Amino acid sequence: MSAFWSAWIIVITLAVILGCAWLLFATRKSQPHQETTEETLGHAFDGIEEYDNPLPKWWFQLFVGTVIFGLVYLVAYPGLGSFPGVLGWTSTGQWETEMQHAEENYAPVFAKYAALSVEELQKDENAAGLKMGQRMFANNCSVCHGTSATGAHGFPNLTDNDWLYGGAPDAIKHTIAEGRIGGMPPWGAVLGEDGVRDMANYVLALSGKAVDSESVARAKPQFQALCTACHSADGTGLQALGAPNLTDDIWLYGGTFEKVAHTIRNGRNGVMPAHKALLSDDKIHLITAYVYSLSDK
Amino acid sequence: MIKHETIEKNIGLMILLIILVISGGGLAEIVPLMFQSSTTKPIEGLRTYTALELEGRDIYIREGCNVCHSQMIRPFRAETERYGQYNTANEGVWEHPFLWGSKRTGPDLARVGGRYSDDWHRAHMYNPRDVVPESKMPSYPWLFSDKLTGKDTSTKMEVLRSMGVPFSDEQIAGARDAVAGKYEIDALVAYLQSLGKLHDNYTNKR
Repeated sequence: MSAFWSAWIIVITLAVILGCAWLLFATRKSQPHQETTEETLGHAFDGIEEYDNPLPKWWFQLFVGTVIFGLVYLVAYPGLGSFPGVLGWTSTGQWETEMQHAEENYAPVFAKYAALSVEELQKDENAAGLKMGQRMFANNCSVCHGTSATGAHGFPNLTDNDWLYGGAPDAIKHTIAEGRIGGMPPWGAVLGEDGVRDMANYVLALSGKAVDSESVARAKPQFQALCTACHSADGTGLQALGAPNLTDDIWLYGGTFEKVAHTIRNGRNGVMPAHKALLSDDKIHLITAYVYSLSDK
Repeated sequence: MIKHETIEKNIGLMILLIILVISGGGLAEIVPLMFQSSTTKPIEGLRTYTALELEGRDIYIREGCNVCHSQMIRPFRAETERYGQYNTANEGVWEHPFLWGSKRTGPDLARVGGRYSDDWHRAHMYNPRDVVPESKMPSYPWLFSDKLTGKDTSTKMEVLRSMGVPFSDEQIAGARDAVAGKYEIDALVAYLQSLGKLHDNYTNKR
């Protein structure tokens, strides 16, 4: 802040406070009666008259009190231009102190659990660590995966031991830290509408759900030609690509005929955002342990 | 010495004196901010909104999102742990009007960009309960059927440029084509994904 604006603020602030104080004392001094009086101001509205009394003493003293408070505050805290206040308080300084306290209190706790493997964290004696993971999951992950981690349409259920990218601790940690992009291209233009419907039957048949065996037979060569690169020849998927297992009757985007047909026709683009820029490694470690615990039964 | 009675009986004089008294606060608290580099100079590397993001911002305002969502992370640990680095004034130099908000029914959105996928935002806008069963946010299904024409986009950008937002001539010239035919939801999601991502000076790791 330049010296001019600093002086501007100081002059106006003090002028207003001192002006208030002056007004307060000047009006009290010019008051003809210093004590309670029976005399009126001489005007009447609908028969209501006004006594010519001074301001009640407690009220006057409150005014004086606010003036004194204001001046003390301006000495103690930043307010008068560039003057930082004798206490040296700043809002960011307060935040830094808070962060430092938190660091002192929580860093050893995080360090303790960071030294343990995800498997070790599953033991009963480390239940507090998993609880921390659960809290952080609630704050950061539940928005998509649900508070009970059972997912939603398009957002995987994390409790069912069916993993798109693998359920080993390292795979889970990689998913959280680096994110995932699960793109399935649209096949509507390639297969045509009839082909899409045949293929939906075929895919449902893999999970033992389809009814129309003719469609299934028609779609089989197409599946072998177009789909096996990602979903593998037997339809069990490929975790390296995040291609889902189509044989387990677990459906990320719904398992009805129309939903499956929609997926084949238009493709899907599932994105798990990377969290390494948002969460520290220690926190990701504990969230990994919590997610691992959900299906590690 | 002016008598109390004189002031009370001269409404013009009273107005003048009232203005004098109440302008003290504004002169000391507001006017200096218009001349401080910390509030008038944009943070390093700040980019302007794209045409689509700008239209999304207008939809955000139209739907009243700022009534329930603030865009102002305050310097408290409880907030920076949840939302990321607290906001600084130089991040909002090109915001007209600013959408800091004063009340949170939903969470702060100042750094929501990149936290969730586009698909999540779309599902969430269509019906929040589909992804967050506990949510009491309203649904916005019409965003998925109403399209933008881009008719006024370049005019909006010109007005903002006259207020100091440095949109380039190319941006303004291409604004209509950039948004015409897009669904409103596309614009809104683009805007939401830009929040906190218009510069990269802060690490939001926590």
